[in-house]
Amino acid sequence: MSDNTVAGRSHLAELEAESIHIIRETVAEFANPVMLYSIGKDSQVLLHLARKAFHPAPLPFPLLHVDTTWKFREMYAFRDAFVARHGIRLLVHQNRKALAEGINPFDHGSQKYTHAMKTQALLEALAQHGFDAAFGGARRDEEKSRAKERVFSFRDRHGQWDPRRQRPELWNLYNGRVDAGESMRVFPLSNWTELDVWHYVLRERIPVVPLYFAAERPIIDRNGTLLMVDDERMRLRPGEKPTLRRVRFRTLGCYPLSGAIESSATTVEAVIHEMVHARQSERQGRLIDHDEEGSMELKKREGYF
Amino acid sequence: MDTALQPTLQPDVQRLLDEHSSRELLRLVVVGSVDDGKSTLIGRLLYECDGLFEDQISAVRRASAKRAATRTEGVPPEVLAQGLRAAAGAEEEELDFSLFTDGLRAEREQGITIDVAYRYLSTSKRKIIIADTPGHIQYTRNMATGASTADAAVILVDARLGVLPQTRRHAYIANLLGIPYLAVAVNKMDLVGFDRATFERIGSELADFAHTLGFEGVRLFPVSASRGDNITRPSARTPWHEGGTLLGWLESLPHQRRLDNAPFRFPVQYVLRPHQDYRGLAGQVASGTVRVGDEIQVLPSGRRTRVAGIDTFDGPLEEASAPASVTLRLADNVDASRGDVLAHVDEPPLALQQLDAMLVWFGEQPLDPSRRYLVKQATRTAPAQVERIHWRMELEDLSEVPAESLALNDIGKVRLVVRRPLLADPYRENRRTGAFIIIDALTHDTVGAGMVLGPAETGVKGAVESSLVDAAERSARLGQSGAIVLLPQARDAASKAFTLERRLFDQGRHVAVVAGDVEVALALAGAGLVALVHAEAPQVRRALRAEARDAGVAWLKLDAAEELAPQVERLFNPRESSK
Repeated sequence: MSDNTVAGRSHLAELEAESIHIIRETVAEFANPVMLYSIGKDSQVLLHLARKAFHPAPLPFPLLHVDTTWKFREMYAFRDAFVARHGIRLLVHQNRKALAEGINPFDHGSQKYTHAMKTQALLEALAQHGFDAAFGGARRDEEKSRAKERVFSFRDRHGQWDPRRQRPELWNLYNGRVDAGESMRVFPLSNWTELDVWHYVLRERIPVVPLYFAAERPIIDRNGTLLMVDDERMRLRPGEKPTLRRVRFRTLGCYPLSGAIESSATTVEAVIHEMVHARQSERQGRLIDHDEEGSMELKKREGYF
Repeated sequence: MDTALQPTLQPDVQRLLDEHSSRELLRLVVVGSVDDGKSTLIGRLLYECDGLFEDQISAVRRASAKRAATRTEGVPPEVLAQGLRAAAGAEEEELDFSLFTDGLRAEREQGITIDVAYRYLSTSKRKIIIADTPGHIQYTRNMATGASTADAAVILVDARLGVLPQTRRHAYIANLLGIPYLAVAVNKMDLVGFDRATFERIGSELADFAHTLGFEGVRLFPVSASRGDNITRPSARTPWHEGGTLLGWLESLPHQRRLDNAPFRFPVQYVLRPHQDYRGLAGQVASGTVRVGDEIQVLPSGRRTRVAGIDTFDGPLEEASAPASVTLRLADNVDASRGDVLAHVDEPPLALQQLDAMLVWFGEQPLDPSRRYLVKQATRTAPAQVERIHWRMELEDLSEVPAESLALNDIGKVRLVVRRPLLADPYRENRRTGAFIIIDALTHDTVGAGMVLGPAETGVKGAVESSLVDAAERSARLGQSGAIVLLPQARDAASKAFTLERRLFDQGRHVAVVAGDVEVALALAGAGLVALVHAEAPQVRRALRAEARDAGVAWLKLDAAEELAPQVERLFNPRESSK
């Protein structure tokens, strides 16, 4: 399937080789790396590349799923089936304190909720296990503030990102040196675009959560955002009634915060076809980026991916 | 669950795949200051190549309007309303393209770009990664970063201002970082009425300069980034321009595959040892090609072996070329670990412990020759010290000036001493294995980026090459040119040498006898003397000859069958010898 004999001839092969190089560098230079696993397509691609990087040896690090408990049910099912099949070590971390306090996406607004269930939870997990490097599937084409993100993104003792302390990155020479307590977020997919990811999913036959493909789903339309009523916890506003609509998701997160798009694409190539013709960028479906202008940058400063 | 896990593939998959995977990757760096309209140029490229999405465009529409509003505080309301309508309207010329690429909050507030940003563009032929780098003089660091991986550079020039010192600096750095292709976008042509003479004057000035630097070719484009002339579409306003569009140039550049032809280099990244019977060396082919069965050596140990297998997740390969990431298995149980380099036996890299390099300094603290740093080159990190700064590049006029240190954004030539040898190639020959970064051992910051020139010009050779007195001056003063004369092998070679020395000295020549020391012979010859060398060991005799040739010093091997003195005399009277 892969065009390895002509590796480097196509841009996908070159991106693949670059990502594998980054993943290996990280494992070689850090004592205790971990791979963030969000169950989305980027995570699936990242995991696939990691398996390639160490074949025939098993993955030399565990996966970490920062679980808000509000993911789609299909995501949990997919996650459990996938790691079981491949014998992958998965850690699941939830912010127990925030859960006990009842923090949820309805009462606390997406900002506060994300901070507690994602940012705080992530920092807790990293500290608890003493991870000094964490792989993430973020790409530079996702959002404007990501365009300047490094492949090796330095975080201080509080897990926070300071644009002024980021290290220059030249050639493929990554500086992986950190002091105790400091850490690195590593983004092997930095140079991939959404289209590259889908083409790679297609080329490599990488399994992804079925929510990426169109199906009839119970949907409410809230100010133009199509939300899926995935379980009984969804709070409906007066007059809102779920109706079955043919939708799919471009990005997956917490179901009350993930907007769907109307689509009839039921296969990877149909998704690619739709995407080439669609002119809506991927993060539009994500409510958390719209909180205020520059919101992703603020979240990153706090320690979010 | 299974069918959901594995989406079914349609028959037209292959076509889709072929179309996409036949695209080549091109890495581009775009340089210029905010005022040159760089953000606008990149925004325009993205916009016209459908690299932007509808919601990004509408966000920019809103922001364009907002910015127009804040800029016009105090403007009468009716004028403002008109401006807002224009900005919010669908007229593309009213869009502020620079807003597409402005990234961080801090710089949006200041209205300047302060760091390298990466943008992605797809055309039917190419995937293009654009490094968007600010061009203020203090941001040499950013440009070097963006240029380090680039295959091509676009430098912006404001048509009204012409070639500025900054333009020359940008071209110099692009060349220093080894970018082969350079284009100059002469922007704001609309503001000079698309005047051909203006464009051509800038063109000829730049072409000369770029040629001096050694670029393979420089292309010029008369553009207006805000109006879109000659960016992706040929402009009707420049009928005299036959050089096509900027995008056309980017699509037509030969894909950079020069590393294919370079010697094979494989820096070992990581050793895979899943069980007793498997030991694989994981890494990325830095340059060249390796095949199963090739005889290779592991450096620095020099142990020779064969490649037993090239493994990947997708199955074994017969060969692998740069930049593939693969795993190599070796035939014998030869020890190799991270930091080692595999190469073919007949084409090893240099093993450099003392080396000369060009260095770009990024540290807030100036380079301190007494301080210990770390050098990371390929997969090897080693303690190092900058022993000497040969000179610093004065970026204002591109002259070499003496320096005790290098400060933030300085560029200079230095001599580096590394605790463990770097297995490297000169950067001009290999951009992968010739590059290194310097890490502050205490703060762990990346404080410099270096490009290997070669072994350090130390000792005699360095003294000869760096000397401010040239060979012609010496020979004019001494009435002779320096030379190395090798006596025939004989038990009494030493006494023959001294006899010869006496005789030549009496004839007014400047001579000295050297007993088998290559360095000393070279030093004397370099100083204009004739060094009469006697040496038994064949390797010394060979080394003498090689060193003399490398240093460009005259060389003469005496013939035992003839009388010695007349042979040497011919050195001083070349005309007689050619009779």
